[in-house]
Amino acid sequence: MSLVTKLATARRTPGRWHWTDIAAYAYLALGVVLMFGPVLWLAMSSFKTQAGLLEFPPSLLPMSQKEVVVTGHPQPLPLFTVTMPDGSTRVLAQVRRIGIQAQMVDPANPAETIRVAIDKRVPVREFKLATENYTEPLERFAFTRFLWNSVFVTVVATIITLIINSMAAYALSIYEFRGKNTVMLMVIGTLMIPITIILVPVYLVVTELGLVNSLWAVILPGAATPTGVFLLRQYMLTLPRDLIEAARMDKASEWQIYWRIVMPLAMPALAVLAIFSVMWRWNEFLWPLAVLTKTESYTLQIGLNAFQGELQTQWHYLLAMTVVTLLPVALVFVFLQRFITTGIANTGMK
Amino acid sequence: MAQLELSGVRKSFGATHVLHGIDLAVADGEFVVFVGPSGCGKSTLLRVIAGLEGVTGGSIAIDGSDVTGLPASERGLAMVFQSYALYPHMSVYKNMAFALENMGFKRDEIDQRVRRAAGMLRLTDYLERKPKALSGGQRQRVAIGRAIVRDPKIFLFDEPLSNLDAELRVATRKELAGLHAELGGTMIYVTHDQVEAMTLADRIVVLQAGRIEQIGTPLDLYNRPDNLFVAGFIGSPRMNLLPGTVARQGIVRLGEGGHEIACETGALTAGATVTLGVRPEHLALSETTGLPLAVELVERLGGESYLYGSSPGLPQITLKLDGQSGHQRGDTVFLALPSAQLHLFDETGRAIRS
Repeated sequence: MSLVTKLATARRTPGRWHWTDIAAYAYLALGVVLMFGPVLWLAMSSFKTQAGLLEFPPSLLPMSQKEVVVTGHPQPLPLFTVTMPDGSTRVLAQVRRIGIQAQMVDPANPAETIRVAIDKRVPVREFKLATENYTEPLERFAFTRFLWNSVFVTVVATIITLIINSMAAYALSIYEFRGKNTVMLMVIGTLMIPITIILVPVYLVVTELGLVNSLWAVILPGAATPTGVFLLRQYMLTLPRDLIEAARMDKASEWQIYWRIVMPLAMPALAVLAIFSVMWRWNEFLWPLAVLTKTESYTLQIGLNAFQGELQTQWHYLLAMTVVTLLPVALVFVFLQRFITTGIANTGMK
Repeated sequence: MAQLELSGVRKSFGATHVLHGIDLAVADGEFVVFVGPSGCGKSTLLRVIAGLEGVTGGSIAIDGSDVTGLPASERGLAMVFQSYALYPHMSVYKNMAFALENMGFKRDEIDQRVRRAAGMLRLTDYLERKPKALSGGQRQRVAIGRAIVRDPKIFLFDEPLSNLDAELRVATRKELAGLHAELGGTMIYVTHDQVEAMTLADRIVVLQAGRIEQIGTPLDLYNRPDNLFVAGFIGSPRMNLLPGTVARQGIVRLGEGGHEIACETGALTAGATVTLGVRPEHLALSETTGLPLAVELVERLGGESYLYGSSPGLPQITLKLDGQSGHQRGDTVFLALPSAQLHLFDETGRAIRS
């Protein structure tokens, strides 16, 4: 903690303010607001009720109108602070609203109905977390299913990507064969073809294979990524040739050299690729949208899209589920941050 | 434990010819050292034997069976690399056990072999360490240990001592000699350091530009170099090579002064251009007669002294004297060249022998 305080109050000369200190802190504060503001707003808003979201002026904290159960009324009634004609204020529950008049009752004395002009009342607001934004989609809309699908796709696709890409990179970095550079150029060349161009042909292939609506349709087409092959190849080129030759002298088979020598040594690059792959797969939208048409095979991103209807958007669910969607990636970053920075620095990947 | 036979081994990388037909037979249990200047092809020759490089022509046989087409893993040889090539992610124990695991040994057999090798190389206390946590000498011993646990047919060493400091190099050199005496395996050792070659080898193979210049025991090469290259390469400080001409049968004339030296000239005729070689330790001082030498530099090492000087028309001459010489720069001394210790080479660099 003392380190944090020390960092947060660091100045050019301790104890004095230089203008660069002020400029630096202002710049950093701006950065925090720009970067972290939207995330904070998203997290706060995800706990607002649907009504709270549409409120104007908007509030940062999730406030909602207090409600009270009054005997004789089956539904909880919203509470208002009412300015009475004599100037006094009372807290009343609203039974119904008719035009510019509202019928209200005193929760302590439910038998008596009071008529109040609607401009004389102000809602009683309290800080309340609308946790149903989270629980309802997870229960009602099979969001746990979507979550599971996303986790499955991400984990399996990342494992397959790592294995396939590292094998290709191994061949392209360790072996000498005719056409090696051509193959490498072709692999890199595919980087120039965007997914939108090959969407239709790949879809046709997937359909022929009968994979539509299967999660494998999402996993398999993108398993071999040119970026991954390139990244791993560049890293494997830096491994000393002597190690490979020593392993050959040690009677290791090519598979053992790959699995027991090269893979452990390429761990920093593999970690980077794993992190990238997790992010790509988790956030992937267009391709799953094309091949997944049944609700039970939706991934999170497609599930989120379902809240955005033609006629209305269920913002409260959308925001809450967006938070759920962001959490795993955020956690990956928090825990693997060390790998990301050192790995990216090592592999020269930006 | 095996013998090795190379016949007409050639190796080219594209248009670059590295080895031009190497013929060599290594006997069982022999310690053979390949020595030569950088780029002479000695490392390539070792890698060809190991199977890490294929041959362009010729054949390699181990124990009489042809292994030319076999990959490195199937030749049953072990190699110690210049960079040690220890697996950085494995402990010392794992490094040594890796080959044995690949060969399908049982766990307790592996354990026994690794511990025996570790004991031999004083590595028992470091078995659980990673190579990163070892000193240069320890890494070197692990690399050697990795080779000996396998009990290979032939040990190959590629300049194994060149990354060690001078003191450690001497110590490890002695250990290697002891190891060879203990294990008795066939060993092939590549170095550019002639002291290593002279001290370790049963036989030395001197290579230059992809060709074998001479094969022989260390003292053979020292006493009877076949050609100018070997004469200049073996021995430290190097042999004095003095240009001259044959005056008449048995007499060679040196330098501008035309100093005449008695020397076996073989079949050479008068007027032939020759090079006279004489080692610094074989030159003797004489009082008034002999080849005059103007002393330019005196190095006194305590036990011995080196005189560097010049004589008109000759390259710098080095002279080794026992004890602490009293000569100074600017002195003139006279050299006696004992005819029994002279080496004469003809125009093409071949040694002239009677």
